[in-house]
Amino acid sequence: MDGLTPFAQALTAPDRRAPPGLAGPVARRFSVYRNNVAVGLIRALEARFPALLALTGEEYFRAMAREFTLARPPASPLLMRFGDDLPDFIAGFAPAAELPYLADIARIEIARSRAYHAPDLPRIGADAFTAAPPDIDRVCVEMHPAVAVIRSAHPVWTILAMTSGWQPAAAIDDWQPQAVLVDRPELDAIVRPITVGTALFLEAIDAGEPLGAVAARAAETPEFDLPAALATLIGERLATRIQTSAGDMS
Amino acid sequence: MTTKLPIGAGVGFKPEHFDAILADPSAPIAFLEIHAENYMGAGGRPHAQLAALRERSALSIHGVGLSIGGEAALDRAHLARLKALIERYRPESFSEHLAWSSHGGAFFNDLLPLPYTPATLSRVADHVAEVQDVLGRRMLLENPSTYVRFEESTIGELDFLAALVARTGCGLLLDINNVFVSAVNHGTDARAYLADFPFEAVGEIHLGGHDEDADETGAPLLIDAHGSPVADPVWTLFDEVIARTGPLPSLIEWDNDVPVWPVLRAEAARACALLQRHSRSAAA
Repeated sequence: MDGLTPFAQALTAPDRRAPPGLAGPVARRFSVYRNNVAVGLIRALEARFPALLALTGEEYFRAMAREFTLARPPASPLLMRFGDDLPDFIAGFAPAAELPYLADIARIEIARSRAYHAPDLPRIGADAFTAAPPDIDRVCVEMHPAVAVIRSAHPVWTILAMTSGWQPAAAIDDWQPQAVLVDRPELDAIVRPITVGTALFLEAIDAGEPLGAVAARAAETPEFDLPAALATLIGERLATRIQTSAGDMS
Repeated sequence: MTTKLPIGAGVGFKPEHFDAILADPSAPIAFLEIHAENYMGAGGRPHAQLAALRERSALSIHGVGLSIGGEAALDRAHLARLKALIERYRPESFSEHLAWSSHGGAFFNDLLPLPYTPATLSRVADHVAEVQDVLGRRMLLENPSTYVRFEESTIGELDFLAALVARTGCGLLLDINNVFVSAVNHGTDARAYLADFPFEAVGEIHLGGHDEDADETGAPLLIDAHGSPVADPVWTLFDEVIARTGPLPSLIEWDNDVPVWPVLRAEAARACALLQRHSRSAAA
């Protein structure tokens, strides 16, 4: 072990000792670096997961973020992606076991930040769907990269909306699965509730299934509202292009 | 020519100032600087803002994540992202730090110090040369602020920087706050450091705020926090430097606890006034 390795290891070592080879009284001085690293990474997570922060409170969030940064430090200088595996970490984080919806809230926030930075691709609306081949078994729809669907076993929309101040906080008596749609229609990422049926429909389309197969399967799902799902897909311009199985596109 | 940045005052651009900057065309701002890593997403608001600003302002792209002072080979993927960003916006200047931020596969998100030895000099020179080769342009390397020194260092920081310039042809970004912070922290003389600085290589000056603390012996410990106005001793050093060099592109860095636009604008105006005073005295 030589070179910068002792310095690097001491930045996150639990004994909080300065590495050897530094001149003078270094405990306090080295702790500036240690603190910069810890605070910088935790702040990056706070910026990316504001609802999670509001939901858990600062003390809880920072303790969890600290554990996360030590267990899974970022490999890349692109901090806009740091925390992509936070939901996975939370799912195995024992103190969060009583808050099983936290991981899904984190997934929504990841989708929101990805939407914020997503490519500026064009979108297609009703005219493009009208012009598509009539044989919808051959038609695949490519979603805009800003679009994401998050389905949860928990009422994540209600929790997110209350946490974010979009609706008044109240006890949740009817604990039901919920789904949300994340998108960036202009420059601001948005999150809005969709039915679980619409979520399943959009997920299947996003997985590359032909429109006909998705619609047929959806029709077998109880309480599924195909016109409403299509209205979301087409009316909200969630798609970036239509591809037929022959390979040509519009 | 060392720099293509316009001679005048610049500010580090913060997204919350976007509307205020557009509404303030008479602000004494000659150029804007961005942190490269914040614009490495594909699209959306960051690029919408930067494209709009680029149309009306000179631009400096300042990297904070390349780990040029690190032991590992440069991150080729990151270098490719930098190249794409530079090709997209064609900034007047690109700069990075004499520091490391990644080691052993982990990114620490801080500008960390390195020992100054013949071996580290060779390594950093290779890294700078590689960056310049890939980007196809000269870069500026910034002098660091440091809190510790390595016992194994055998080369002074000024000699280290001058050797990098000589070996790679790179330019330097002189951060006067960093000079002051390091001098106070190590009990050395900022004026002596600046007296010997290789000014002919300087393409940009940075000015920023620092926090004051003390170490366990009670000795002063300055933290390069970029969260406050430029300190008076740093303004004085800046004044002395440009009295000697003449006006240079000079940037106010304020990255944390970002103030409202008029406060940042006033800092830039102060730098601008000093630059103009020395411009006139040089002409006289």
